[in-house]
Amino acid sequence: MRNWRCVFSMVVYFAFCFSIEAYKFQRTQQTERISGSAGDVLEDDPVGRLKVFVYELPSKYNKKILQKDPRCLTHMFAAEIYMHRFLLSSPVRTLNPEEADWFYTPVYTTCDLTPNGLPLPFKSPRMMRSAIQLISSNWPYWNRTGGADHFFIVPHDFGACFHYQEEKAIERGILTLLQRATLVQTFGQRNHVCLKDGSIMIPPYAPPQKMQTHLIPPSTPRSIFVYFRGLFYDVGNDPEGGYYARGARASVWENFKNNPLFDISTEHPSTYYEDMQRAVFCLCPLGWAPWSPRLVEAVIFGCIPVIIADDIVLPFADAIPWEDIGVFVPEKDVPKLDTILTSIPIDEILRKQRLLGNPSMKQAMLFPQPAQPRDAFHQILNGLARKLPHDKSVYLKPGETILNWTAGPVGDLKPW
Amino acid sequence: MKQLTALQQQARRSNSFRSASLPLDTSVDGAIKSPATIFWLVLHGLCCLISLVLGFRFSRLVFFLFFSTSSPSATTNLYSALHTRLPSSITTSPPAVNGTAVAVDGGSRVVVGRHGILIRPWPHPDPAEVMKAHHIIERVQREQRIQYGVKSPRTVIAITPTYVRTFQTLHLTGVMHSLMNVPYDVVWIVVEAGGTTNETAALISKSGLKTVHIGFNARMPILWEDRHKMESQMRFHALRYVREKKLDGIVVFADESNMHSMELFDEIQNVEWIGAVPVGILPHSGGSEGVELSAVSREDTDKNENSEMPVQGPACNSSNQLVGWHTFNMLPFMKRRARYVGDRAVVLPRKLEWAGFILNSRLVWKDVEDKPAWVKDLDMVGREGEDIESPMSLLENPSVVEPLGSCGRKIMLWWLRVEARADSKFPARWIIDPPLDVTVPAKHTPWPDAPPELPTPVVKVISIPENTEKRVAKRSRKRSSRSKRKRVPKVLEEHVSTRHSGDN
Repeated sequence: MRNWRCVFSMVVYFAFCFSIEAYKFQRTQQTERISGSAGDVLEDDPVGRLKVFVYELPSKYNKKILQKDPRCLTHMFAAEIYMHRFLLSSPVRTLNPEEADWFYTPVYTTCDLTPNGLPLPFKSPRMMRSAIQLISSNWPYWNRTGGADHFFIVPHDFGACFHYQEEKAIERGILTLLQRATLVQTFGQRNHVCLKDGSIMIPPYAPPQKMQTHLIPPSTPRSIFVYFRGLFYDVGNDPEGGYYARGARASVWENFKNNPLFDISTEHPSTYYEDMQRAVFCLCPLGWAPWSPRLVEAVIFGCIPVIIADDIVLPFADAIPWEDIGVFVPEKDVPKLDTILTSIPIDEILRKQRLLGNPSMKQAMLFPQPAQPRDAFHQILNGLARKLPHDKSVYLKPGETILNWTAGPVGDLKPW
Repeated sequence: MKQLTALQQQARRSNSFRSASLPLDTSVDGAIKSPATIFWLVLHGLCCLISLVLGFRFSRLVFFLFFSTSSPSATTNLYSALHTRLPSSITTSPPAVNGTAVAVDGGSRVVVGRHGILIRPWPHPDPAEVMKAHHIIERVQREQRIQYGVKSPRTVIAITPTYVRTFQTLHLTGVMHSLMNVPYDVVWIVVEAGGTTNETAALISKSGLKTVHIGFNARMPILWEDRHKMESQMRFHALRYVREKKLDGIVVFADESNMHSMELFDEIQNVEWIGAVPVGILPHSGGSEGVELSAVSREDTDKNENSEMPVQGPACNSSNQLVGWHTFNMLPFMKRRARYVGDRAVVLPRKLEWAGFILNSRLVWKDVEDKPAWVKDLDMVGREGEDIESPMSLLENPSVVEPLGSCGRKIMLWWLRVEARADSKFPARWIIDPPLDVTVPAKHTPWPDAPPELPTPVVKVISIPENTEKRVAKRSRKRSSRSKRKRVPKVLEEHVSTRHSGDN
């Protein structure tokens, strides 16, 4: 008996020592642990911490739309489709709605594409409204909380405001029916109408396979100082400039087109991904909306993102300390961008590169198929898990309704 | 779709314009309602016409300037420049660097609408910043090398045999610059035939590397055969130095006139004991000889690879193990080979050149426990007179050589020998002091066509005089008027004497 106790305590002691050693070993590695304001949460496993119930909607809300236009699987809003697929086969899914913490409605609102591939959001409010009417009439869970324990994925330009133009989106505001639900969206800007408190910010979809095939050996020396490829003036919609990107991109061009340190141009070369891996800084300025897939690409390729978008809220901001990883430049300081970048102390630059080199950082930005641990799907679930348990106040008294079903522009009330 | 935006925008703007103005007018005064609206309509139409003419939306500008609400300074400037604020703001910019300086002051500072494009008055790079950026890049690359490159880089010990002659500066500078660019520690052992000279010492001291200048007490012969042998002996002498001083690192035989690429030095860090890299041989001086060469190379495709350039190096099978050697096939060149230094013909390498072998310096140390069994002791090899053709003679078993350069496929080293005539003159240290005088007109100093004297028993009768001096020429001219027969023996005597003085 005593021997057994001795052995057990020895085992515990050794396990403790080894874990200390493992922790130390991780510390001395070339990468640093990512620790955001919520703590070391990038590596959390959401399985067991929450249960999600997936509503069964008729296929006209999801499958039929996708069949009509399969381009939805590759554009930057494809997260809504892949999240649905992930949840259907995930261990967090529960078939018993009584024990569910969160409810997911699979409606693909961003799949109505123009011939060019850009989504038209004009029918999205009606589609969303029709879906919510369906779930509220067929299941009691929507009315139970007014939608407060439901979440929706709205990856479009301005989230649940459902418009690509900022002024129009601000005018519309977030769809009234969604005002209590949790929104998972790509758009994030502080003090903006289209960003609700408690929303979860996700990165735009970038095809992981495509980026994997363009990797170059990490020993290739980084010889480009600043890299950017994209539009500076949106000639079709804003020829004089000043409107597109709030004039920031045009300012970058005018100030730095003659600067050999800045490799900036509108040409899209076939070696775009390879060039990013040879650059120290990658510019991620705002466009028509503040977010951009360039952030994802910069993180995957180890290029320090230079974010030029005032008041932007970046993906998983409570899990990832973006100020430590990227460089934030206010839009009014764009003419001094070269001074700012060259005066960053070299130790900070090396530290940022180490943080970017952390594989959990790269994993958190991707939506791989099939899902892998610590990827963006899991970070969304982690974010949802962090909001649990639901406050008692979300549960409405029977008969009490908070949502105004007839609010909003008249056009939205038409059935879909 | 974005064009759709613009059209809709314009339509909506004009709609809101009108709808905003209508209630305003009714609330103010009913009487002037219609003239006001007509006035606005007319103004709007006028602005549209003007913008048609000008080519941009003029009406927006007017509306914007007259009716824009209070907004941050950025929105009221159009294509403006930050003038005087720039010098002072540079010093205050550090707080803006950190993202944490983005203050949330209650309301959003970000306004939708037309903003100015900020351009600074001198949008060109500042040289100090460019230098800082280059320092940053250099530091980042160094960090990359530390992380992803060779984990514990070993010193490179380069051994170069040399001697003073016209092309020495040319070749030695090439090797020197290659070694100066190597990102690892370098010890450069320069072995000089004929003893150490100030000429060579001055040249290698410019490198900034750790150099060892050893003299070798024998003159470099003129015949290529003998020269190859002497170079081997000189390299061996350097290996004895390595053994004596117990230098630790990787030994590379960096011959003077060879061309080394930087990737070679990265590749050799992988060597464990003895490795072989493929060496590209550049024997021909180009031109018609090159065409002949390719015709020949098609016949021996198993010796040469698909290129016209012959390659010496290890040969591997599909599982990347050493199975044999590509050596240099001299047969196609036998007729055209150069025999002596400075001959205008092809200089051929030996079967396997020293340059293609990389040694771990511990192989030549004495009394080292972990030396492998298959290496012979340095003192056993290379007894007097024995010709050491290649470092393979140090090995008992030639199959232990490690093939480097992706198993003989990647060539990072080229072998070439280019020399001037053995008796060609050059200014010492290539400094012309005193400055050149007006020289003798060319027709009095005929170009020497005859080859220099060789240390062979065959005595050649030299018909044309070489290195004639001014006085001899004058005397011959003077004598020519008298008798031709008498002139010949005297001139010959003079020539014999001058020839001796001009000999190396």
